[in-house]
Amino acid sequence: MSDSENRPGWAVYATHSGEAAEGGVLGRAGPKIDGRARILGAALYTDDLHLPRMVVGKFVRSTQPHARIVSIDVSGALAMPGVVGYAIGSELPQKYGVIPVAQDETAMAIGKVRYIGEAIACIAAVDEETAHRAVRAVKVEYEPLPAVLTIEDALDPSKPHIHEGSRKPSNILRRIFQEYGDIDKGFAAAEVVIEDTYEYPGSTHVPLETHVALANLEPDGKLTLWSSTQNPHYVHRDVAHVLGMREQDIRLIKPTVGAGYGGKCDPFCTDIVAAHLARKLRRPVKITLEREEVFYTHRGRHPTRMWLKMGFAKDGSITAIDFKAWAEGGAYASYGVVTSYYLGVFMPLPYTLENYRFESHRLYTNKPPCGPKRGHGAIQPRLALEMHIDRAAQALGLDPAEMRRANCIAPDTETCNGLKVTSVGMRECIDAVVTASGYHTRRGALGPGRGLGLAASAYMCGALHPVYQNELSQSCVQLKVDRSGEVTLYSGTADCGQGSVHMLAALCAERLGIEPSDVRVIEGDTSLTPVDLGSYSSRVTFMAGNACVSASDKVREKLAAAVAAKLGVEPAALTFNGRRVFVTTAPDRALSFVDAVWLAEEMFGPIGEVGGYKPHKIGSRFRRQSVGPSPAYSFTAQVAEVSCDLETGIVVVDKIWVAHDCGRAINRTIVEGQIEGCVYMGVGEALFEEQRYRGGLHAVPSLLEYKIPTVHETPEIETFIVETHDPNGPFGAKEAGEGPQLSTVPAIANALHDATGIWFTRPPFTPEVVLAEISRAARAAAQRPPESS
Amino acid sequence: MSDSTNEAAGERVVALTVNGDSVRRLCPSSRTLLDFLRVDLGLNGSKHGCDVGDCGACTVLVDGIPRLSCITLAVEVEGLAVRTIEGAGPDEARIVAAFDEHVASQCGYCTPGIVLCLSHLYSEDPAADDEAIRQALGSNICRCTGYTKILAAARAASQREASQPAQGGSDE
Ligand code: FES
Ligand code: FES
Repeated sequence: MSDSENRPGWAVYATHSGEAAEGGVLGRAGPKIDGRARILGAALYTDDLHLPRMVVGKFVRSTQPHARIVSIDVSGALAMPGVVGYAIGSELPQKYGVIPVAQDETAMAIGKVRYIGEAIACIAAVDEETAHRAVRAVKVEYEPLPAVLTIEDALDPSKPHIHEGSRKPSNILRRIFQEYGDIDKGFAAAEVVIEDTYEYPGSTHVPLETHVALANLEPDGKLTLWSSTQNPHYVHRDVAHVLGMREQDIRLIKPTVGAGYGGKCDPFCTDIVAAHLARKLRRPVKITLEREEVFYTHRGRHPTRMWLKMGFAKDGSITAIDFKAWAEGGAYASYGVVTSYYLGVFMPLPYTLENYRFESHRLYTNKPPCGPKRGHGAIQPRLALEMHIDRAAQALGLDPAEMRRANCIAPDTETCNGLKVTSVGMRECIDAVVTASGYHTRRGALGPGRGLGLAASAYMCGALHPVYQNELSQSCVQLKVDRSGEVTLYSGTADCGQGSVHMLAALCAERLGIEPSDVRVIEGDTSLTPVDLGSYSSRVTFMAGNACVSASDKVREKLAAAVAAKLGVEPAALTFNGRRVFVTTAPDRALSFVDAVWLAEEMFGPIGEVGGYKPHKIGSRFRRQSVGPSPAYSFTAQVAEVSCDLETGIVVVDKIWVAHDCGRAINRTIVEGQIEGCVYMGVGEALFEEQRYRGGLHAVPSLLEYKIPTVHETPEIETFIVETHDPNGPFGAKEAGEGPQLSTVPAIANALHDATGIWFTRPPFTPEVVLAEISRAARAAAQRPPESS
Repeated sequence: MSDSTNEAAGERVVALTVNGDSVRRLCPSSRTLLDFLRVDLGLNGSKHGCDVGDCGACTVLVDGIPRLSCITLAVEVEGLAVRTIEGAGPDEARIVAAFDEHVASQCGYCTPGIVLCLSHLYSEDPAADDEAIRQALGSNICRCTGYTKILAAARAASQREASQPAQGGSDE
């Protein structure tokens, strides 16, 4: 038993925090401030923007997985009426990429192509139809090269190098090796050792809005770029870098974004080429990707081969983990260096572990580049680890839920690899889903073809260290308080639907005792809003939220000082609530919020404040541990109930119970929605989704062929929120938008074992895969002498 | 330019009602209803998700029936009444309020199409049950919500929810 139960500020799942929030905003359910604009179709997305004289750009894309470009002939296209210009790769030779050590990409291919679908040239025309026809008139001559298409190919030194001339003479972008404790001793102490390989398929994000960019050259030579991005800051930097412009001369605006899930984290050819063409043609240029092109743009889940060996003591504790992973990354690095770390660094969570070793490889192949998809890099190993735990429980005759529970790390723990963990609600999550699902009585008792499975997981709340080294704030928020009482909040964040606009408004409103709808949020505009690094690594609530609370506190201090002077009390004696500032012990002695602002402006001058957030330095014992550490970690447990038709192999997920420790729910409905969205995406990866290829050619580049769950395939999801009030989160909040996806696939896999007696180690669990495994198991059983199972 | 068909340019005059207003426009006969609404009329609430009929983001109501505007030509709806999300009115008020309350719209790209599908459903069956709701939304992809909040909102917008507790059962 840990001391977690006695921790101050600890709250049990499915209740509110216990103490009511002063401003009355925290922990509410219900609408977000920008909800109606989206529901009523009034929100403007990038593709909804039109400028006078605007032309559209369309890409010519590679038909070869790996080939030298002998020639590009655009003359046929340029001769067509309505075509106004073009760009080819060599006009933009500067390499770029978010990760400074792995900038291997140009906006369009130069000299050779590295995957089918890679942009080669862009034609600008007066409308989409003309651009389409013009693109077909462009002639590209190729000289094919042998393609590198599999993990084996990528590891074979005799294969051609996809990035010849790069520092590393191979198709291995990055190999990571880390070892902690004493692996041999750990395995020697094991009662049971489980060893197996797993194959996790690639999958892609499928945001409903495709990637769009619109660029306009201003008369003074400055540039405005509207982009459907998750990361305005990085796009801003890279576009300036590639175009050779000063960052200050580019204004990057992120309009409403139709979701990303990690798929809009990179700066894309859309952004850079639209900006380039706007300068070259002196006309506004919009580029809207078609659905098929999004499948080539990709940056999704790395297909990953894994080998996992784990030792367990009699009591179910983990004595050692040895793990190897090979992630097939496609033609460019994207965030692949980070992926190679994330594959390994979270394995010592959430179970106590002293002896750990991992080796991961991120490989280049001639396919669309992989990158960060929700649960980045941590999804794949979680399947292997959580299945190993169930397998060990079976071998040791232990209950899988109890075994997990008993081995949870305690709050305020440092893991063997140097992750400093603060709040931990792991046990509460497990208890919530085990109880609600009837796991203990129903597992193993549902009859043939039906089963229950449990899995647990942990995830980060932003990266401790910024992507490019600096000592600046990772999130900044600026507040302007008008004498009308309107509060305007400026933030460089990028709400992609996850609700970060509302999160910021709610935190500010909570501190100032007003309503979230009283706060106007201006976000993602580099000329108006202070920097935020972006919507990735589940960082926004934690980091931008902290910056927001800091700015709000400064405003509050001024208001409190002015009101206190007026009422003749100490500032600390005041409460901010209900659009009023009043004496806590005598609520009738009050001023309206507007009057408080007026008084404060009289006392201090115009009211505007900024707040920044930078994680406090958390020294690690391991200097090399720079990717993975986070200021806090979220925890999830879920139980899946599945039915498997043993005749057809069709698997149906009937229900998911999910409990997530988000630290504190700023808005309960939004948190639930994030958790449900994660589970949904996990169900898709478990049952249907796979970025499949024939050779180097994408085999399923449409929404009809690439199967994602519709309302009919999505299970009922019952959600529990666990609140642990993280000491460093804004009002104790952590994250909810990614972590919950980690345990969905393993919960389903473990449920499938309960249903069929088979360990399925390769998602998606399609009827073909399931039937093949069932008949293989039947054959194996027929060959074995009878034994009790 | 005359009102008649300009075959040489492949253009035609399309006359129809959009959100209650009569509209006459000359447009290429190959123009999709989705582009006609978005580009010619500036009604951006209907979205491009795939342009080939796979996602439902472009759904509008044509004479009250949901239709995928990306695979419908503007000339096909000549003389008919089109309703887009911009035309949402009292008929949709319950749905919009429920979507707001349940935060059933995350990124919002799918939402206008879904709201219109539900509007059609409730116009035919004001007390639609869960199964009917699922059927009505079967061709609308939402990649954000996992449908849970959408179903909750749709349930709340159905008269069934309002009528059931009071009457202890449905009177259908
Ligand atoms: S845009 Fe019409 S169905 Fe996808
Ligand atoms: S809310 Fe984003 S697709 Fe439905």
